Amino acid sequence: MTSTALRHSIWILRGNPLTGVAAAGVLSLIFIAIFGPWIVPYDPIASNVSQALLPPSAEHLAGTDQLGRDVFSRLIVAARLDLAIAVSAVSLSFVLGAVVGSFCGYAAGRLDRTVGRFVDVMMAFPLFVLAMAMVAALGNRVENIIIATAVINLPFYIRFARAEVNVRRNLGWVEAARSSGESHISVVLRFLLPNILPAMAVQMSLNLGWAILNAAGLSFIGLGVKPPTPEWGIMVAEGARFISTGRWWLVAFPGLALMLAVLCFNLLGDGMRDILDPRMRT
Amino acid sequence: MTQPLLKIDNLHVTFSTRRGLVEAVRGVTLAVEPGEMLGLVGESGSGKSVTGFATTRLLDAAGRVTAGEILFRGQDVTKLSGDDLRHLHGAAMSMIFQNPRSALNPIRAVGQQIADAILTHKRISKQAAHAEALELLRAVQIRDPERRMAAYPHELSGGMCQRVMIAIAISCNPALLIADEPTTGLDVTTQKVVMDLLADIAAARGMATILITHDLGLAARYCRRIVVMERGRLVEEAAPTTLFNHPRHPYTKRLVAASPTAHSRIEDLVTEEERGPYAEIVRKPKLPQAPGTPPLLVVQKLAKRFDQGAAAVADFSMTIAAGESVGLVGESGSGKSTTSRMICRLIDPSEGDIVFDGQSIGHVPSRDFHRSPFRKDIQMVFQDPNESLNPRFTAHDCIAHPLKRLVGLREGDALRQRVEECAQRVGLPLDLLPRFPHQLSGGQKARVGIARAIACRPRLLVLDEPTAALDVSVQAVVLQLLDRLRREDNLALLFVSHDLNVVRMLCERTIVLRNGVIVEEGDSRALFDNPKTDYTRELVEAIPHIEIETKLAAAAL
Repeated sequence: MTSTALRHSIWILRGNPLTGVAAAGVLSLIFIAIFGPWIVPYDPIASNVSQALLPPSAEHLAGTDQLGRDVFSRLIVAARLDLAIAVSAVSLSFVLGAVVGSFCGYAAGRLDRTVGRFVDVMMAFPLFVLAMAMVAALGNRVENIIIATAVINLPFYIRFARAEVNVRRNLGWVEAARSSGESHISVVLRFLLPNILPAMAVQMSLNLGWAILNAAGLSFIGLGVKPPTPEWGIMVAEGARFISTGRWWLVAFPGLALMLAVLCFNLLGDGMRDILDPRMRT
Repeated sequence: MTQPLLKIDNLHVTFSTRRGLVEAVRGVTLAVEPGEMLGLVGESGSGKSVTGFATTRLLDAAGRVTAGEILFRGQDVTKLSGDDLRHLHGAAMSMIFQNPRSALNPIRAVGQQIADAILTHKRISKQAAHAEALELLRAVQIRDPERRMAAYPHELSGGMCQRVMIAIAISCNPALLIADEPTTGLDVTTQKVVMDLLADIAAARGMATILITHDLGLAARYCRRIVVMERGRLVEEAAPTTLFNHPRHPYTKRLVAASPTAHSRIEDLVTEEERGPYAEIVRKPKLPQAPGTPPLLVVQKLAKRFDQGAAAVADFSMTIAAGESVGLVGESGSGKSTTSRMICRLIDPSEGDIVFDGQSIGHVPSRDFHRSPFRKDIQMVFQDPNESLNPRFTAHDCIAHPLKRLVGLREGDALRQRVEECAQRVGLPLDLLPRFPHQLSGGQKARVGIARAIACRPRLLVLDEPTAALDVSVQAVVLQLLDRLRREDNLALLFVSHDLNVVRMLCERTIVLRNGVIVEEGDSRALFDNPKTDYTRELVEAIPHIEIETKLAAAAL
């Protein structure tokens, strides 16, 4: 079973090498997130004013910032925080959204209508403003950034799961599961949910990139992680002050890191759909 | 000898797929005379539709004509391009597709769509095109055509949509009409009306028609010449009478035998080898019921009303004894699926009661019925085998699932043995058990569905059109299997179907349902031979039979 899955994955990767590149990108991102603090050349927090605002060189690959901290080291260390925020926020909204959405799609009727209107109201809000309001109200902490990002993602997951379950609820195998003695609840949780997972996984991967951007955005406007903690959003925000004087490396490298991370997750999402869809398995 | 209108010579069509090149058509040669209706018959995968698509140059991008030529009025269709091709579509030949609803544009009024087709090929004013469209709607016998001009496809029934498709297809008086399963998916009475109309129009306008169908009976009724295809090859070509009375090719023999007729019995449908031990079982007389045995299932005045609106089913009563088979027949919207799901306790009735084995189960809410001790006694086989298996379960998991839930078996040897035993009973090769549904053919999936339903040894099996999506030769084997299970296990069958030929063979009694009400019921043979109500008579007469005299004889006069 595992070996066939592996062979299938290899087969997919061969047909779509970009997925392989994206997967390698995500894997190295995860590696950096875990081992980052041990592999960086400089302390990401210690300031050294004599070395301030140096352009990229062999010594400082991405230059130094206004306090003389090595930008490259800060980029590496920041990966852990950014990734942690994105993964926990997306997992939270995925679990909640998939379950609520599946039940709505399966039950239809009153539950579906009530939740549907609630989702509509949420989506009518400018989502980033909603996230800002939540972080401002709950307090400027990492947990709250995660909660805010999860909440503004939730409507998409609910809608997605609802639509996917809704088209399947009257299929023969769903009714067959019931006549094989499954209750409504286990039909949803053990039959419908696993079947919508491939589609949801694609959504999740695309969403991870978006969540990273969102967390960075919150930090950028000062509603997220506080300096001196290294985080891509803050780094862009701090660096923006120096861009007019030609110190481009302060903004460009964290921006590039963000872009690459988002791109990898998006490409991986497309590849994952091919791997997880059992109809593609031959 | 005049030149034929269409001459296909040694046609080869190849599709490039992920697993390399696949030859869908391998050397088809046939000719169509002007004004003739030719039947192109074959089962799924025979290449009959691909031949039709190649002729109209509507092949999928992956498909390519690799050899041979298609001469239409002496011109090779495969080499046309640009304006010539545009003229060919619609004006010289046109096509009618299987599903009329998806072939029509849902956001444009049907009158507009017919006018659009006219305007593509004729330089006339919009008013004139509109008037012509109205004429066409009249020609395809749509009632109240002035009003229907402004109707959208979703406001029309399936039969009406197919009439609109026919109107579009004939709008520019093409010389050749290719009808790809034009009535599959329509009710049997609608099918007859639409096919009669198509035949009349073709005859009146002198159009040649290629009728592509899987239904030998249908082709026999309307065509003077039938071509049989198997796996991309043309295996036999003959007049219907010759084809049915003296089929030469082994495949045609099998196909003819498998097509149910008014008199065929289940054991006639399959060949000697496929029959196997079945012949013995059929000959054994049925165990007589001890007098006074209560029926297995009693349904009393069952009714179902959905949220608002009229009752889907009203005042439905019936009984089934153990080992008995009862057919439930009706057209779409007759409430037969709703009824079968109520009896199966998947949905709740609004009124009435269901008594199984002496105990009332109609009042147990369907959401709690999975805990009922009767759950394993009432099982169901679902309509479309492609949709009735969980895509994430292997065939083994599918069959094992009810055993785990309802019999309480755990993963292990005992479970594996039971699953294998079920697979063997339905004739599913054991090496297919680890496969996923998408790796199985339609017939194999149908067998898995039946194996799952009989896994817990139920006493009542409800079958919802179990063979509707299957080829006739597969259907024959499945029917024989069901009949064998009934005889061996004393299993009661409630067979829901719109196919009267099948019901007549499989069921001892038949109930005819219309608009949720029982119209007629009784012994199957008596009911079909002497229908008492007009509706049943209409249904019986609409079945395309292989007895071909009727229509052709009438046409010859």
